[in-house]
Amino acid sequence: MKELLSGNAAIARGAYEYGITLAAGYPGTPSTEILETLSRYEGIYSEWAPNEKVALEVGIGAAMAGARALVTMKHVGVNVAADPLFTVAYTGVNGGLVLVSADDPGMHSSQNEQDNRYYARFAKIALLEPSDSQEAKDMVGLALTISEQYDIPVMLRTTTRVAHSQSMVELGEPVAREIKPYQRDVKKNLMVPAFGRLRRVSLAQRMARLAEYSENTPVNFIVPGSDKIGVITSGISYQLVREVLPEAAVLKLGMTNPLPVGLIKKFAAQVQTLYVVEELEPYLEEQIRMLGIKVTGKEIFPDTGEFDQGLLRRCLAKAGVLPAPAGQEEMLAGLPQAPPRPPVLCAGCPHRGVFYTLRRLKLTVTGDIGCYTLGGLPPLEGIDSCVCMGASIGMAHGIDKAIPELRGRTVAVIGDSTFLHSGITGLLNAVYNNSDSTVIILDNRTTAMTGHQDHPATGRNLMGHEAPEVDITMLCRSLGVKRVEVVDPLDISRLQEVIKAETAAPGPSVIIARRPCALLKREVRPAVTVDQDKCTGCKTCLRLSCPAISVIENKALVDAGACVGCNLCVQVCKTGAIQGGQADA
Amino acid sequence: MLKPVDVLMVGVGGQGTILASKVLAAAARAAGYDIKVSEIHGMAQRGGSVVTQVRLGEKVYSPLISQGEADVILAFEELEALRWLAYLKPGGTLIINNQQIYPVPVLAGAAQYPENIIDQIKARGINVQVLEATKQAIACGNAKAANVVLLGALAQKLPIEEATWRQALAATVPPRFLEVNNAAFTAGFTAATGSGAGC
Repeated sequence: MKELLSGNAAIARGAYEYGITLAAGYPGTPSTEILETLSRYEGIYSEWAPNEKVALEVGIGAAMAGARALVTMKHVGVNVAADPLFTVAYTGVNGGLVLVSADDPGMHSSQNEQDNRYYARFAKIALLEPSDSQEAKDMVGLALTISEQYDIPVMLRTTTRVAHSQSMVELGEPVAREIKPYQRDVKKNLMVPAFGRLRRVSLAQRMARLAEYSENTPVNFIVPGSDKIGVITSGISYQLVREVLPEAAVLKLGMTNPLPVGLIKKFAAQVQTLYVVEELEPYLEEQIRMLGIKVTGKEIFPDTGEFDQGLLRRCLAKAGVLPAPAGQEEMLAGLPQAPPRPPVLCAGCPHRGVFYTLRRLKLTVTGDIGCYTLGGLPPLEGIDSCVCMGASIGMAHGIDKAIPELRGRTVAVIGDSTFLHSGITGLLNAVYNNSDSTVIILDNRTTAMTGHQDHPATGRNLMGHEAPEVDITMLCRSLGVKRVEVVDPLDISRLQEVIKAETAAPGPSVIIARRPCALLKREVRPAVTVDQDKCTGCKTCLRLSCPAISVIENKALVDAGACVGCNLCVQVCKTGAIQGGQADA
Repeated sequence: MLKPVDVLMVGVGGQGTILASKVLAAAARAAGYDIKVSEIHGMAQRGGSVVTQVRLGEKVYSPLISQGEADVILAFEELEALRWLAYLKPGGTLIINNQQIYPVPVLAGAAQYPENIIDQIKARGINVQVLEATKQAIACGNAKAANVVLLGALAQKLPIEEATWRQALAATVPPRFLEVNNAAFTAGFTAATGSGAGC
């Protein structure tokens, strides 16, 4: 039976069909739906871990003990998991271990577009790259087989257009879920230097055997075609090449670490001109060049952003390989530019009051990863910087220590899920090193940006069971923070008072701005109204960047359908023109 | 031999583009097409611009539609039609819901919502079909069914039987909304032929 599945759903299906019994991960676009889908299959234990490092360690433990395990994350998550990753290649596995890295060329929903194929090569593990949903499912099975036969973890690397595109998948029956026996083997699994050195040699041997396998694996294959143009490609680029150059001979690489050197040489000898088509870095191109083979790649194709067939056609036309595509200038001439439609904090979002207040107090704000990063955009402009998950607290501490003038004027903002992911150690450091930092934990009781996943402070787990709820206030106190305040971020005057007091106070402080995500807990409160006589059209309310408010012909206008009655605008309106329903209890 | 068709659905987060693409995919599959569907939805619920790409054919390779390649653009909102118009192929059709949703830069007075978008597009000789999908959906019982009104209009352009569409709708939409959605589909379907006013 065939079904239309996204790449992510197909990977989850693969986990079900190929006997995986444990899966762990941390949500991150475009990887999130793998675990969400997988948690609905019988016979697989699945969990959200607080971060990717922990998720991989859970997977390593399960595989070491003999189970087939799957670990999922987005590309930047592998940075967090890199520490155990580089050593698990040494120990190897017992049951198969698959690490899904979902990369995001074009940065549809990410802070960078790193090419994680290099991680597989750097960490010396096998790498598979599916190019559609069918391959995504099949390669889960292949990855497990390789992992167990060669005693190595396997990275299954997708990109956004594989993860979030749907294509037809042939469904199969699940195999029996067998657990291999666990055997204590300290020389293999306990990486002190003396044993590590032995495993280093073993790793080189395993990689050499894998290189032989790569020559013959059915996922590395040649699509016959004209000998004038040959293309070596992998992942989604394969689909684009088949469409743009239907006549060309293609070497499609499904396994891209280690590379099939012999197959590449054989293919190169068959064609007159050889191209490498790959998104992002010249990963294949550089290795092929090192074989002494002449190829054209990044001279004509960009090394940034996402590819589509139009872009390939334009690049190939510029290089004289294809005729120039017809323009549509005439059709579009003279049409106005569409103004941008950036994503914004939702109407009623509890973070809005915090950013409005931070901006009013003209504080320096180090930010973090989540919906609230949108609070940095105009007109809220409440965040100065954002680097990676958990970085806000360390950065604020760094500013505090390095620049005395900014001390007391700097705050870190971080979401609840992000705080539990990697903010705790930052806060511990701030306490340990006697920081004067103020940290605001934007606690909306969920992981909102990726679609409301649970975390250790929500009281539920991925399998839908009740779970113990971390008390963030107590956690901060136990880390040694003496000043911990909980405030309602929709109460602006109280919020402002607390922020002023805590930034002025010496030593580390934590403000927990707590209010559930507006999409999670739809509180029914009456929409605000505007007294047209009192409104002077001053536009102060617009600074909230609320999608429900506009000012038309010098009068504020509230879209009653969009307004959720959070009453923030009531508090910022200077003339009392905006009036709330009931004040929220 | 099934002629390949590329459909781009564009709108604002929350308008139901993703559900519409699911119904189209289900109908196309039942009609024997190979299908690829691609969507970017991470920011959708935060009111951003949303685009879904549906490609149909005997064999589809790329999941993406490039600039100048879409046979049909189904626009759920006027500004989004303008934004994605470069993706329409010469001779292609734009089906547009005459609804305007102001983005925040416009609400904040930092940008202007262009005037007379539909007339300006028509003036370029582009094949445009305008629907009052939101109005018709309200008449059918639920403003949210505007996406299915648009699908009804799209159905007139594709070689897929009406019964197949109805089955796809029934398989995709929750049962309690099926009646409203069936009416919405009829409204779009008949509006597209000019034979009726729908609900």
